This record gives sequence, structure tokens and C-alpha cells, in this order.
Amino acid sequence: MAIRVVTDQAAVQVPIVTGRRGALGAVTRGLTRNRKALAGLGIFGFFVLLAIFAPLIAPYDPHALQFDQMLQPSPAHLLGTTGTGQDIFSQLVFSTRESLFIALGAGLGATVISVIVGVSAAYMGGLWDHVLNLFTDVFLVLPTLPLMIIVGTYLNNRGLVVLIGVIVVTGWSYGARQLRSQALSLRNREFLEASRVRGERSAYIILFEVLPNMTSLIVAIFFGAALYAVLAAAGLQFIGLGDPNSLSWGTMLYWAQANGALLAGSPVWVLAPGICIAALGAAFALINYAFDEIGNPALRPVRRARAGRISMSHK
Amino acid sequence: MSYLVRRLEFFFITLWATLTMNFILPRIMPGNPAQAMLVRYHGRVSPQTVHAIEVAFGLNPGGSIFQQYLEYLRNTVTGNFGTSVTFFPVPVGDVVKQSLPWTLGLVGMATVIAFIIGTVIGMLAAWRRGGVFDAILPPVFIVISAFPYFWLALLFLLAFALTLGWFPLGFAYDLTDTINFSWSFIGQVIWHGFLPALTIVITSIGGWILTMRNTMITTLAEDYVKMARAKGLSPLRIMFMYAGRNAILPNLTGFAMSLGFVISGAILVEIVFNYPGLGFTLLQAVHSEDYALMQTLFLMITLAVLIAVLAADVVTAILDPRTREQG
Amino acid sequence: MIATATKPLLEVKDLCVDYLTDHGAVRAVDRVSLEVRKGEFLGIVGESGCGKSTLLYAIARLLTPPAEIASGDIWFDGHDLVSMTDSELRHFRWKQYSVVMQSAMNALNPVMSIGEQLRDAFEAHQHFTGRQITTRSEELMRIVGIDAVHLRSYPHQLSGGMRQRAMIAMALAFTPDLVIMDEPTSALDVVAQRSLMLKIKQLQREFGFATIFVTHDMSLVSHFSDRLAVMYVGQIVEIGDTRRLFAEPKHPYTVGLMRSFPSITGELQPLAGIAGSPPDLARPPSGCRFHPRCPHVMPRCRTEEPEFYAREDDLVRCFLFDA
Repeated sequence: MAIRVVTDQAAVQVPIVTGRRGALGAVTRGLTRNRKALAGLGIFGFFVLLAIFAPLIAPYDPHALQFDQMLQPSPAHLLGTTGTGQDIFSQLVFSTRESLFIALGAGLGATVISVIVGVSAAYMGGLWDHVLNLFTDVFLVLPTLPLMIIVGTYLNNRGLVVLIGVIVVTGWSYGARQLRSQALSLRNREFLEASRVRGERSAYIILFEVLPNMTSLIVAIFFGAALYAVLAAAGLQFIGLGDPNSLSWGTMLYWAQANGALLAGSPVWVLAPGICIAALGAAFALINYAFDEIGNPALRPVRRARAGRISMSHK
Repeated sequence: MSYLVRRLEFFFITLWATLTMNFILPRIMPGNPAQAMLVRYHGRVSPQTVHAIEVAFGLNPGGSIFQQYLEYLRNTVTGNFGTSVTFFPVPVGDVVKQSLPWTLGLVGMATVIAFIIGTVIGMLAAWRRGGVFDAILPPVFIVISAFPYFWLALLFLLAFALTLGWFPLGFAYDLTDTINFSWSFIGQVIWHGFLPALTIVITSIGGWILTMRNTMITTLAEDYVKMARAKGLSPLRIMFMYAGRNAILPNLTGFAMSLGFVISGAILVEIVFNYPGLGFTLLQAVHSEDYALMQTLFLMITLAVLIAVLAADVVTAILDPRTREQG
Repeated sequence: MIATATKPLLEVKDLCVDYLTDHGAVRAVDRVSLEVRKGEFLGIVGESGCGKSTLLYAIARLLTPPAEIASGDIWFDGHDLVSMTDSELRHFRWKQYSVVMQSAMNALNPVMSIGEQLRDAFEAHQHFTGRQITTRSEELMRIVGIDAVHLRSYPHQLSGGMRQRAMIAMALAFTPDLVIMDEPTSALDVVAQRSLMLKIKQLQREFGFATIFVTHDMSLVSHFSDRLAVMYVGQIVEIGDTRRLFAEPKHPYTVGLMRSFPSITGELQPLAGIAGSPPDLARPPSGCRFHPRCPHVMPRCRTEEPEFYAREDDLVRCFLFDA
């Protein structure tokens, strides 16, 4: 799993935006101007297309068992076949659907919980804040994979919902911390005072004034959560805690490992799903990082001469 | 000092939460695995084993749930974790004791090395802006750090162990040998541990590099760095004592908080390499539904993370005089 | 430039500083020329964003990207600062000229004690014994009025006023010839401000260093400066003796500024401001930069850029004085 170092700084500095449309527009504009974000979005878009058009792209039914086993890549089978005679390429293409679904679903779930916990902690304040904070920190520190393994084992149900649920339960804490920190700093800004003076209720303030200004951070957290979900799902499925009959990149790796693909000379079976996982993960990571750059222009690549050099006067 | 007191508070609260979770989870899951296990083993194993399992879960059939909880806590604190099903009849405590040093050694060292090297590289990368390096470094490491740990492990296994044959295929030492402290054995350990350690270092270092670089860039824009330049201090001194020492502080906290993720990835690496640490043993426990062992491993892993977090907090307190005042 | 009897300590000639942005270079400082003589107190005033801080840091050679010196000269005691490399500059830094910044909370390293930061300054230039450093540090603290025990304190443990004084103590470590100050009193309350200014003036008289003092608070600096320079949109529009400038402001902008500070004594005057608002540095007006807001605007002001015109010892960048 990727490292996401958690710092106390609110990762994204947001200029004040009024209204929801303005916020989303600002995010889109910022992203389209950033090269890393574009690369990430491109890869993501590629996988989305792959998922949508899977039946058209994959040459065979991914479940079909009719082929010879453990074949090497050939024009008939671009990536070879599995130990039970299924076409790897078709499997790969169809697996995009479930893997994407898990990533986006779990990412969304974790983000929603992060927002609820983070923002309410900032707004309720006092004891409630203290308790939620502690709750968040405890979940943040707990090693996620062992926890997921244990919960997954106890539940004994290997379905998709359980998988997503387990990822959401372990993945929300990282975002909640950042959201609380930003919500706190926004809480004290003048435009909110203006709202309060106007007599708006807290719920209104939160929904229509605060959240739009946190859009940038929320979107960034979503991609971070999606990244975590991709890798967590892959990890869990790899060790056998996912549904072994499902069509997912992680499950493909599980079967590859179970059939000793590496030792048996079929490394493609291992490499292909791994590359897809890595690529989708990289896409999310790039987009996520782009938000750091958008918020803090100093982080962007410097075009001019190195900081260490002194500029000479021109005559 | 109240800073450290607060951190200790957190340490114990999380520890307690883990223990309680270990106690509650099997009881609230649909199907109540604890009871199910008891039913399954009843009549098939010796009464002592049944008792051992009861102990591990605090499943004293006589008492109320609260009594069970207290007994469970008492057992845990005294190190009585029950008997392992996977390695029957070895007590869980002993199984854990055997795997612990391997994980501490491999994962502990690899993580610390990655953090130190990553932080230094990040610091240098921020110092020397502009040019090809500055533009290439972030994207490269962003992508690398998104690699699944276990996949990179598989790649290395394929490339360096299977194809090139430079390194062994797994485990911590040559199985024909026994554990001793001879040089040849130590050599084996290093040889076997190299690829797993490399995997952990490469996947985790990207995170440290990038966050240190980012913190450092922000710090370099601070007025006190400008002041240091104004005083005519040497660039090295500015980089380390003024910028670096301030930039590393949020990173230390971040390091502590991210350890949960790092350990998770390291577990997967252990599994791929059959490295006999806590993670590999956890997998075995899962496959044999050895709940007692699973729980205890989870506890141990969490404990390790918590201790590391506390250590990072102590280092922060040493480096940052402001924490010594704050409440 | 007006020739003076003694060679000036600092001579800035046609200095231009650019900020390199994604949309091209923005000129923050445009052809600024000024002189500072030994022991002189020069104030630089102007609104926020007029470029005065940029000018200051350019003179001190402390600019960082995206800001850079585009052209011009800075002569310090006969040495050309602009063409020097970083390592050559280090010989000058702190020993010949030092800097006092606006917020000591930000300008002092939070993880090092005051004494350690002082020691850094000393050790960077010469090898002193520990005892020499301690003695000198204690003396410096005494000079600015801080108990020497605070050498062991960290910046967050001192009050705002004490921190500023600590910064000044550091700036005087080598009793340099020139101390550059960037709004050192802005972060303080009024009482502390005055007390600090008096202290600075006293130290200046005692040690004879020259000062360039940047501020947006005209009334504050007017009591203490020998000469005053007024900046507008990256240019100096008027520079001269402080008393004269206050009594008879010449440039219409300066006149406007003076009228915005009604005196507590004397007749009641209606509050006057300056019409319009300062232009964007990236798109300054053509010709004279002040012409859109000037009550005495003439046709040539819109197309030609005025040079400096002399009146006695003062310089005014305005066609009204093109005699």
C-alpha cells in the first residue's frame, strides 16, 4: 500500500468561493491546467472506457473454460491462459469493472464518512470534538490490513459489499483529520460571521457556505481514498479474503499465486493484473498530488534557474 | 511535559480500544464466531484446549459478559493468550514470540532506513529546485509509491530470485540450518532479507521523499530562512539547522501516523516471500481459522505501531521546544 | 544624482526588479535610484503593494525566485553588490549591513534559542571563543534592553516587543554600517512602537549606523527620519529632507498623502483622500503612473514618463517641476 504521510497542515489552501457551481468550476479549471492531473485523469478515463466497452474489447467470455491451460501469450490469447483454461486478456478487461467499482465505491463511502466526522467535529466543538478526534486518531493508527483481515475472517462472507465495507471502515480516518482541520480554519473566517449575523441556521451554513469552500479538499480526499481502496482491495483479494469467484484484478493475482504462476513460467498472469492495479493507483495518486500543487504553487516545477544561483544584472 | 502525557494517554487508550475490539468483534459478527468455534471444537479436542480457547476469548461459560471481559483483560495482561490451533499445541504466546523478532528486524529496519534516506533526499530535492531533477522526481515517486507492495515483491521475486538467481526464493534463512549466531547464519539472514527489505524501502520511500520535499519547500519560504541567509550563514547550516530541522517536525508526526499503512504493506511482503514474521503467521492463522492467534497477532502488530508512534512523539518533543510548553 | 561632499555609503542606480510569473514579467521596482550617506536615517513610505519591501530585499540581495533583479546597480561602500555571487556576498552580510524584519515571530528560528541564533551569526564570519561570544551576546542584549537570561529563551517564550528587540540586537552583532529595516514596528501596539523607535534612534546615534526604514506609517517615520522617499507603483516619486517634505510636499501623490493625515492641532480640515485606487502592478498606466488620479494632470502626463526634477536638495518625479 502506498504511504500517505499524514500531516497536521490543511493540505489545500482554498480561496473563498461563493456558491456550489463556482467551487466545482474552480476545481475543474485547476485540474485541467495541471499536467500531473491530466495524466492521471487520462489513465483513469482509459480504464473507465475499458470497463464500459469490455464486451466489445475482450475477445472471449472471461469465464469460458474451454481453452488449454497455462498457455503462453500468443496472437490467439494475447496474455495467455490461466491454470483453468480461461483467457487472461478477457479476464483482465472484464475485471476492470469490478476493480473500478470497488475503488470508486469504497472511495466514495470513505469520503462521505470523513466529511461527516471531520466537519461535525469542527462544528460541534467541545467534548464532542474531543471524542470524535480521539476516535479518528485511534482508527488512523490501527494497522489497517490486519484489522481488515480479522473483520473479513469473522464475517466469513466474501462478498463485494463486505469488501467495500471493510475498506471504508478502515479508510475514512485519514481524510477526517484533514477535513476537520480545514473546517476549523474556515469556521473562524469573516464570511461565516456574516452568515451567522444574517441569522442563518448552522445546517445551512455548513451545507451552503462551508462545504462548497471545502470542495477542493473533498475531491482530493476522494482520490486519496480511492487510491487506498484500490490497493487495499488488491491486498485483501490477493491473500484470499475476497470472493475467489469474482472477476477482479486482485482475485486474478490470487489465482495466479495459487497456481504458482511465477514458478510455472507464466509470469504474465502475475504481471498483467498487477500493472493494471499499479496504473489505476498511480492515476489516483497523480490526481491527488495535483491538488497539493494547485493549492500551493510553490510546489510546482520551477522553470527558471536554480534557487542557489544569483541572477546577474543585464546591461 | 503535558505533551508527552497526552501522547501516553493516547497510547493507552488505543491499546485498550484494540483489546476491546478483539473482545467485541467475534461476538457481534453474524454467526458469533467465538461461540461457533467453541461448538466446533467441543468433543474433538482435549478439555485443556477447550479451556485454552475459552481463555483466549474470555468465553468463561459461567460468567456474564462483563466478567468475561475482565477475565479476558486479565489474561491478556498476564500474557495468557491461549493455545494456537495452527501450531497445536504450542501456546499462542510462544508462536508470537518466535515471529516477532523477524518482523521487527525486517520491517523495523527497512522502515527506518526508508524514512531516513527519504527525508534526506526530500530535503536535497527541495534545496535544489529547477532543472530536470525537480520536474521528474515528484511524478516518478508518486507513481512508484502507488505500486501495491505485494506486486513489487512479486516482481522482485521474479526478476532477482527466479530469473537471475541472485537471491533466495523466500523465508528468512536456509531451512536446513538451525538458528544460531554464527557469521554464516547472519549472512544468510541478510541475504534472505535483502529482497523483502528492498521492496519495503522502495515502495515506502516515495512518500517520505515527497512529503519532506513539500514541507521543506514551504519552510524555505519562511522568514527565518531568509534571515539566516541575511546573516551570511553557510548554505549547509541553513539547510539543516534552519530549514531541515523545522521541516522534519510535521513529517515525524506523519511518519508515526502512517505506520499503520506501512506495516500493512510489509505484511503483504512477508507473505509473498514466506518471511516468518507476524504477517506471514497471521495469514496462516487466517487459513486455519485460528482466532486466538489472529487476535494476538493483531494486538502485537498494533502494539508495535503504537510504540513507534510514541517514539516519534518523543523525538518530536526533543527537537521542538514549543511542544514542551504546550498543553 | 546630486553630488555630495562625501561619497555615499549606499548608491542605488536605476534598479529594476521583476517578478517572473506564468503570464510574463511583472516589474515591481522600476528604475529606482537613491543614496544613503553614513549615519543617515532614510525612510521609505508607500501603500501596500507599491514595491517598497521588494526594493528593500533587492538592496539586501535577499530576493528569491520568482523575483529577480532585472537591471541596475547597487554600490555599497564602493562595491558592486549586484554582480557578486552568494559566497562573495557572505563576507558582506551582517558585518557591513544587516536586516531587521517585520515579524520577529517569523524571522526567528522557532527551534533555536536566542543565544544560539546569535552564536550562529558570530561563528559564520569569524572564529570567536565561547567566552567572547557570550560576553558580546550579553552586551547586545543589554544594549537593546533585554535581560541577558533570555539568551537561553526560545522565541515563543518572549513577548512581541522583546522579540523585535532581540532581532535588533542580532542586527547589531557586528555594528554594521547599514541596517535595513522592513516595517519592524508594524506588528506591535502603538506604545511598543514608539518605545522601539526611540530605542532605534538612540542606538543609531550611539553607533552611527545608517538605516533604511520601510513603512506604510508616515506619521511614525516622520519623527525619526532624516530623509524620506515616497514610493508609488514601483517608482520613487519624491525623495528629500523629511521636514521639508512634510511642510511643503511637492508631488501630487505626496500632497494627497499629507492631506490624509490631518493634524490633531490646528484648524479643522475636512478629511481628504486620493481619488481612484492604485493600479495593478502588472498593467501600470502609460506615461506618469499617477496621472489617472492626479488633480493637476496635463496632456503630456498621459504619454511621457517624467524623470526626476530637482528642487533644492529634493527630487520630484513630476512634470509640474520641469523647469
